[in-house]
Amino acid sequence: MVKSSPPSGFLIDRDDERCIRCQACVRMCSNDVHAYDPEEDIIVSDSSKCVGCHFCEAICPTSALTVRHNPSQYRENFNWASEVINDIKTQAGSGGVILTGMGCDKPYPIYWDHIVLNASQVTNPSIDPLREPMELETFIGRKPDKIEIENFAEPKLATEISPQLELKTPIMFSAMSYGSISYNASLALARAASEFGTFWNTGEGGLHKDFYRYGPHTVVQVASGRFGVTREYLNVGGAIEIKIGQGAKPGIGGHLPGEKVTGPISETRMIPEGTDALSPAPHHDIYSIEDLRQLIYALKEATRYEKPVGVKIAAVHNVAPIASGIVRAGADFVAIDGIRGGTGAAPKVIRDNVGIPIEMAIAVVDSRLREEGIRNQASIIAAGGFKKSSDVIKAIALGADAVYIATAALVAMGCTICQKCYTGKCNWGIATQDPYLTKRLNPEIATRRLKNLLKAWSLEIKEMMGGMGINAIESLRGNREQLRGVGLNEVELKMLGIKPAGEAW
Amino acid sequence: MKKIRIREQYCMGCRLCEIYCAVQHSKSKDLVKAYRGEYPKPVPRILVEEKEYLSFAIQCRHCEDAPCISACMTGAMRRDPESGAVLCDEEKCVGCWMCIMVCPFGVIGRGREKKIISKCDLCLGEEEPACVKNCPNEALVLEEE
Repeated sequence: MVKSSPPSGFLIDRDDERCIRCQACVRMCSNDVHAYDPEEDIIVSDSSKCVGCHFCEAICPTSALTVRHNPSQYRENFNWASEVINDIKTQAGSGGVILTGMGCDKPYPIYWDHIVLNASQVTNPSIDPLREPMELETFIGRKPDKIEIENFAEPKLATEISPQLELKTPIMFSAMSYGSISYNASLALARAASEFGTFWNTGEGGLHKDFYRYGPHTVVQVASGRFGVTREYLNVGGAIEIKIGQGAKPGIGGHLPGEKVTGPISETRMIPEGTDALSPAPHHDIYSIEDLRQLIYALKEATRYEKPVGVKIAAVHNVAPIASGIVRAGADFVAIDGIRGGTGAAPKVIRDNVGIPIEMAIAVVDSRLREEGIRNQASIIAAGGFKKSSDVIKAIALGADAVYIATAALVAMGCTICQKCYTGKCNWGIATQDPYLTKRLNPEIATRRLKNLLKAWSLEIKEMMGGMGINAIESLRGNREQLRGVGLNEVELKMLGIKPAGEAW
Repeated sequence: MKKIRIREQYCMGCRLCEIYCAVQHSKSKDLVKAYRGEYPKPVPRILVEEKEYLSFAIQCRHCEDAPCISACMTGAMRRDPESGAVLCDEEKCVGCWMCIMVCPFGVIGRGREKKIISKCDLCLGEEEPACVKNCPNEALVLEEE
């Protein structure tokens, strides 16, 4: 038989009238798509190798290149879609699991786009954020059950407040390990978080010594592989996060291929150079909530109870009772990662089929913790596919304290979500350790762009809050009366705990 | 004076600086026209040096103690009193190539059109040199020294 491999999804159009043969595309493509033929003085592009990252398009000085979808089609079939046929052909050739990167791209409902916000009209005044102060300051950590004040003449707080993370905006950068992303990408996240006044997250790859100075704005992760976890590492961070699961691959461990474990990464992860970095699927010392409690308190002991210790889980069917158990185990925050959360590498079948949407998870966890009267004991950080400032504000109104963004941050640094992170050939210099590619990401530019993104979203959040007549993000948290559902059925509305559009208070 | 600082750690070797430099010094100053219509083809006055993954773009350093000025027998190579840049008076240059011989950085080239040298003029008169303005990764920056 003719061994048929799936066609590339992309086609490169070169406008020969505009191509000046400068060969920037030839030099820049890490997938060797473009080649110069000196005999004919032409540049030939092999579209079959193209991953659709659009780097050549961005670098072409005369805009001679257009990367577009390959119009080659199978017979139209709703059931046997092109992707399905191509995946079968790939697996028939490889006999292996199909790997992919980034978050689930399947058309599950995006509930954010079915939730609308309220605004003040006549009976309550809206606020102009450009004229009046607006408060986005957010504190992550355990809040006391009640506050006691002593000496009413000169009031003083008698209650001891647990350690808190102070954020200037309710947006944090989610976990991406040094190893899965480049040194420059990590540096940009660390700098942007420090300069803006929020937090970035090391992921499970440890913290490079160079980044210790960004420690106060770093959430250090302790994952099942325990890479780079030392007493120094735990104490240099602002908070500790125990990673149980990840939205893109709930129930699955991690695998950083040996080629990516270069000198500095082997040092940071404390594993030999060139060896595969394998994160087990479970923590082998955590098989119950009681075991989790032991680790939480071991970490609190190791850091003299000076830092919040939280737990990150993937949003799965039992997310509400699991979150309740985590809070009761002593976590100061619970990070929940929904089905659209990203990854550097995951089996496609897991990424696209396991987990639940983050919207539902936030609503049920917030409701459950309130019902049990323990909502104050931990903050909720929501993650997984936050694309816009309106998603952030809706998440907060549903009950989250803050959100984690990662894919959006990568897009700000150049990423076009081509989903090829696992190949290590990222042309944008993000998901790679190849020295030819990593230098393409100038951390100064990336830091500037990340800070711009945080600033822009914060301004938009203030505008939306002002419209609702709310001047502090605290007053919006869990304020589901500000939300209404459009095009949702009764069960979905009940799960989200919101009223349908048209229904008054 | 303002000089171009090279940050090799961010140079990705795309060579767009060469393209934009050549176009800036072409007749039409248009990318497509300069490369596809002009003859002889425009020559860049900046050069990207590469070895494995290390690369950087280098152009005239406008040395304080410029050997090319001392070596020039016609006085074509001179220092611009206003900007401090080392410039060549094309009317006076006779193409003896002595400056090319003495330049410690190898950044003076032979012009294609006439028998005169070709070197970086810092794009004086422009807001920023073309190479600095068009470097996609800000590997070249114009800074006061």
